[in-house]
Amino acid sequence: MMTLYDYELSGNCYKIRLLLNILGIQYRKQSIEFYPAAEHRKEEFLAINPLGELPVLQDGDLTLRDSQAILVYLASEYDTAGNWYPLLNPRTLAEVTQWLCFANAITASASGARLVDGFFYNLDGDACRADAHRLFRILDEHLWFQERERQDWIVTGTAPTIADIACFPYVILSEEGGISRMDYPAIRRWTDRIKRIPGFTVMPGVFPAGPGV
Amino acid sequence: MSPVCNDPVALGLWHPLAAVEDIQPFTEQRTRLLGQAIRYSKNHENDITVLDGDRRLPVTLAYGYVWTCLGTPAAALFDLPEYAEPDRRNVCAATVGVRVSAPRAVENFLDMGHFPFVHTGILGVEPHTEVREYRVDLDEQRDEILATECIFYQPQAAAGASGGIMADYIYRVPHPYCSVLYKSCPTDESRLDVIALFLQPVDEENVRAHALVSVIDTQSSDLDIRLFQQTIFGQDKPILENQLPKRLPLDPRAETPIRADKAAIVYRRWLRAKGLQYGVIPAAA
Repeated sequence: MMTLYDYELSGNCYKIRLLLNILGIQYRKQSIEFYPAAEHRKEEFLAINPLGELPVLQDGDLTLRDSQAILVYLASEYDTAGNWYPLLNPRTLAEVTQWLCFANAITASASGARLVDGFFYNLDGDACRADAHRLFRILDEHLWFQERERQDWIVTGTAPTIADIACFPYVILSEEGGISRMDYPAIRRWTDRIKRIPGFTVMPGVFPAGPGV
Repeated sequence: MSPVCNDPVALGLWHPLAAVEDIQPFTEQRTRLLGQAIRYSKNHENDITVLDGDRRLPVTLAYGYVWTCLGTPAAALFDLPEYAEPDRRNVCAATVGVRVSAPRAVENFLDMGHFPFVHTGILGVEPHTEVREYRVDLDEQRDEILATECIFYQPQAAAGASGGIMADYIYRVPHPYCSVLYKSCPTDESRLDVIALFLQPVDEENVRAHALVSVIDTQSSDLDIRLFQQTIFGQDKPILENQLPKRLPLDPRAETPIRADKAAIVYRRWLRAKGLQYGVIPAAA
C-alpha cells in the first residue's frame, strides 16, 4: 500500500488526499508535524526528501516529492479513464501544466499569507496578499470566460483535471491568510463545483458543499 | 498597529505567550500582547525573560506555558490541579494565530451546539444535534464560571477514542480569556480528560490560541494527541474568523441567545460585572 507523508493542515498535502479519495485509492498516512515541531526539516525526514517539503508519496520503490508531480503520477498511473491528466492532446496537456505552475504561485502567495497569520512565519504577509489577489483576479477572469463557453473547469474539456485539484486548496483556505474571495464570483462558483465532484473530501478549514438544488 | 490597551482589568491579568518547550533557547522571540510589542527569550533550561522595551515583565511558568502581565497582577493565575497528577499526559498542542477576539474564542469553546456541524464525525455528528439542558453557576469565591451536567454524543471524543460515547463535559471559565474543559476519558471511566484553551490577546481582534491537552491515555503518542487537537482547531478557525462584530458585544440585546447558549449568557454577564473592556463592545451605560 502506498504511503503519504502528510500534515493534516497543509493544503499541498490536502490536494493529494483529495485526488486519492476521488480515485478511490487506499493509502497509509504517515503524519509529519509541520508546525510547530518542523519535523519536515529534521534529519529523519530530510533523508526522505532533501528539500524538506511535504508531501512525499511512496508507492512501491518510487519515492516522489512535490505535490504537483505526485498529482501527475497518481492521475496517469491510476485514473484508467485518463480524464484527470489527459495525455493524448498536446494542447490540453500543456494547459494543465501551465495551471500546475500557476498553482505553485498560489502556494507561494496565498499559502504564505496563511503561514504568517496562523503559524507566525517570518514572511511579508501584505506582499503575499497583494500577489494572491493579482493571481485570483487572473483565475477569476479565466473561469468567467470558461463559463461563457459552458466550461466548468480550468482546462477546457468535459471533466476536471489535476489543474483544478492543484489550484483548489490554497484558494479555498485563502481567508485564513486574510484574502477574501468576495470579489471573485467565478472562483466561488468553481470551488462549489469542485466540492460536488464524487469522492470530494474536506480538511480542517474547508467545508463541504451545501445541499444542492 | 493597534492602540495600546488602557483597560485596567486586561492589564492586570496573566496572559500566555508561548509553550515553554516551543521556545528556542538563546533566540529572542517577538510577539504582541494587548497591542504592545514585547519580546521573550530563554537563556537556559526554563529561565525565561519577558521584556517590554527595557522593562522586565513578571513571568509565571504554568501548565506548560509562559505567562506574563503588562500591569500589576491583580491575582495569581488560576489553579489547574490536574496538571500535576503524575499519570497525566500533558501536551502543549500548538500555538495558532486566529483573527478573532479572545472573548469570541472563549464563547465558541463553551458552545456544544457547533460540534456536529463543525467537528463532523469527531466531536459530534448529525442527527445527534441536541444540546441538553445543563447547569451554569458562578462560583463567587473562586470568581469563575462553572458549567456542569453537559452531555453530548461524540463519535471520536479524543485521540485515543475508538467508537462513539455520550461524553460528559464540565467547563470552567477561571479567566476572561481562558477556559478549561473536563470531559469523559474514553479509556478510563473514572477520570476526566482536560483540555484548556489559553488565549493571548494580540490585540482586540486577534489572538494567539494556546491549547493544553492533559489526558489519561497510555496508547496515543504525543504527536497523535497534538495532531488531533490541531485538527479540531483548524476546523474552528473559519468559524471564529467569520464572526462579526469581532469584539464580543456585552449588551444583552445585541445578540439573541438560545437555551444552549446559557454558558455564554453567564460569561457575558460576568465580563460586564468585571468591567472588562478589551476585546468586547461594552454595554451602553
